Amino acid sequence: MKRTIFNGQLLPWLLLAPQLAVTLVFFIWPAFQAIRQSFLREDAFGINSQFVGMANFRALLDSAQYLNSLKVTAVFAVSVTVLSMGVALILAVAVDRMLKSQRPYTTLLVWPYAVAPAVAGILWYFIFNPTVGILPFMLDIIGYDWNHNTDKGDAMILVVIASAWKQISYNFLFFVAGLQAIPASLREAAAIDGAGPVRRFFDITFPLLSPTTFFLLVVNIVYAMFETFAVIDSTTEGGPAQATNIMVYKVYFDGFIGQNMGSSAAQSVVLMLIVISLTVIQFRYVEKRVEY
Amino acid sequence: MTRLLTASAATLIASLTAANAQTEIQWWHAMGGELGTKLEEIVKGFNDSQDEYKVVPSYKGTYPETMTAAIAAFRAKEQPAIVQVFEVGTGTMMAAQGAIVPVYQLMEEQGVEFDPAAFLPAVVGYYTDTDGNMLSMPFNSSTPILYYNKDVFEKAGLDPETPPKTWGEVEEFSNKIMESGAAECGFTTGWVSWIQTENLSAFHNQPIGTEQNGFGGTAARLTLNGDVQVKHWANLKKWADEGLFKYGGPVGGDDAPPMFYSQECAMIMNSSASLAGVVANAKDFELGFGMLPYYDDVEGAPQNSIIGGATLWVLTGRPDEEYAGTAKFFEYLASPEVQADWHQFSGYLPITQAAYDLGKEQGYYEENPGSEVGLQQITLNEPTENSKGLRFGNYVQIRGIIDEEFEQMLSGSKDAQGALDSVVERGNALLEEFEKQNQ
Repeated sequence: MKRTIFNGQLLPWLLLAPQLAVTLVFFIWPAFQAIRQSFLREDAFGINSQFVGMANFRALLDSAQYLNSLKVTAVFAVSVTVLSMGVALILAVAVDRMLKSQRPYTTLLVWPYAVAPAVAGILWYFIFNPTVGILPFMLDIIGYDWNHNTDKGDAMILVVIASAWKQISYNFLFFVAGLQAIPASLREAAAIDGAGPVRRFFDITFPLLSPTTFFLLVVNIVYAMFETFAVIDSTTEGGPAQATNIMVYKVYFDGFIGQNMGSSAAQSVVLMLIVISLTVIQFRYVEKRVEY
Repeated sequence: MTRLLTASAATLIASLTAANAQTEIQWWHAMGGELGTKLEEIVKGFNDSQDEYKVVPSYKGTYPETMTAAIAAFRAKEQPAIVQVFEVGTGTMMAAQGAIVPVYQLMEEQGVEFDPAAFLPAVVGYYTDTDGNMLSMPFNSSTPILYYNKDVFEKAGLDPETPPKTWGEVEEFSNKIMESGAAECGFTTGWVSWIQTENLSAFHNQPIGTEQNGFGGTAARLTLNGDVQVKHWANLKKWADEGLFKYGGPVGGDDAPPMFYSQECAMIMNSSASLAGVVANAKDFELGFGMLPYYDDVEGAPQNSIIGGATLWVLTGRPDEEYAGTAKFFEYLASPEVQADWHQFSGYLPITQAAYDLGKEQGYYEENPGSEVGLQQITLNEPTENSKGLRFGNYVQIRGIIDEEFEQMLSGSKDAQGALDSVVERGNALLEEFEKQNQ
């Protein structure tokens, strides 16, 4: 292959400049602002400002609400990931076995991905609404009193379903592609050797899917932790009694509604650290162990 | 020819300076939908009445969004002259002494005639300092009242013309309604924080916090775990367990109005400003109105209810001529005609006695039953330190805490005393933080 050689150092930098500028202005600079703010105590208007060292972080660790938020985030992220990936895998395997109707099913299953998170939230909010929703009405018939306004468990189930629902489409697409990349000859050979469908799935299909599964695992955790803001905001707003107050929502609520900038900034710094460690884990450890 | 040219040049210059001389005044507000349209109509009235100033209203979203936008703009030195802030933001605005121009000072400096005594004490009291100076301009204020379903009352064998006066009667009526099968539940409520906690305290002349409910300064702390509040919350829990009361969700209680409209619950306590909405939705039954219930064994009850809604704050750092225009605009806003029009259209309370009197003269209250209940309730007695209103920092979050602890109590993980103790403890931590931020 012929390598293109650029003369001088200027051109590559010029070509990189727009991307670098965007990264600096929209990512690096706000990140530094957040770090600076996390060491300050300031009133809403920024008239009084004083350096307080680690006080904002210490206050977080002492706050039962913040520790609760950590726990809620973990439960939420794991549930969303397991549910959306599990359902997507089942659907993908089912579709993969179809011969003629594969395409229409794929198209139909991808549709929810086009729905914006806020809209998805509203949709599920209405379906689950204790007063006018269809699901509480049906649950009432079997004797279950659904109310996500007062019941913490119900609220968590609601936001998990609403968040996982649209992510299923995304995962489904990747699983279908992954399944199609597995040579049919392997499964056929196993079938000839007498392995049943379940055995074939766990011994051949699932291990060969592992690169896709791993990729989706990271994407889904990141999605559940950072991109579900709109779902929470349009359904439970973190309630009842903080039962669905995930970390991203708490940053928003404390900072923008509560005008407590220092604490909000400290929380974003913690989130930043979590993202950094997730990325390190992805590239350093797990990715190397996955069989490609 | 030369003369003609000079003359036309002179006219041109004159017209240009005239156009330039019109000062634009930015007003950021949170009134969407029909209220927003009405607001623009009011502004147009002012802009057409003179040609020196032009008020430009911009809709900035919900109350918290509008306030956040104005604060962010202030930090970036791009703030509007006028911003509409909801009542729970009052503590934050008042503490920001370098950021706001108090309204009494604005009127004084601009030499616009301004008589604080013309305003309804229960309305402006919420927004004055301890010396009685008005800090912001009340714009849309409301107070909670009781709405009830006359048809259900009749079916239950109650007098449809008599709403319950005391909480004892609320319980008694609710029991009758449920036993007779007239409705599934007795009552529901919007705003557990505003109605069942803050207004309950004011109506029974009980303090919500120290330092005259926070009016005295940022050293104020919450004290709303008193006997009356604890008794009421415990009752709400008991009634919720018995099915008499149904909870409509946190903050404004979005699920409460549908329960009332669908005739599931016979009564609802909600803002007087939702009157138009209630009338529009209560199509299948006859609507009745009443004041908030009280406990008749508490001395001094009923006192007067407190308001909610929003006021207009003037921000510092704008050119002088904008302040002159703002003062004129406020004078226009407070005029009885504008006030009566806005009040009758929106269901918000009028802010001056003159506007109230004008409505009476027009016979508005006889034609529109229910529209006067809120007014009668806030003017029931001269407001005391406990019923003037409240002013605490970080109060949006504290309201969130009230909702959370109420939910904890409903779910049975805490009793009323425990829940209100936690409200005080968690709220005071935020108030301490606020005090430090504003030192």
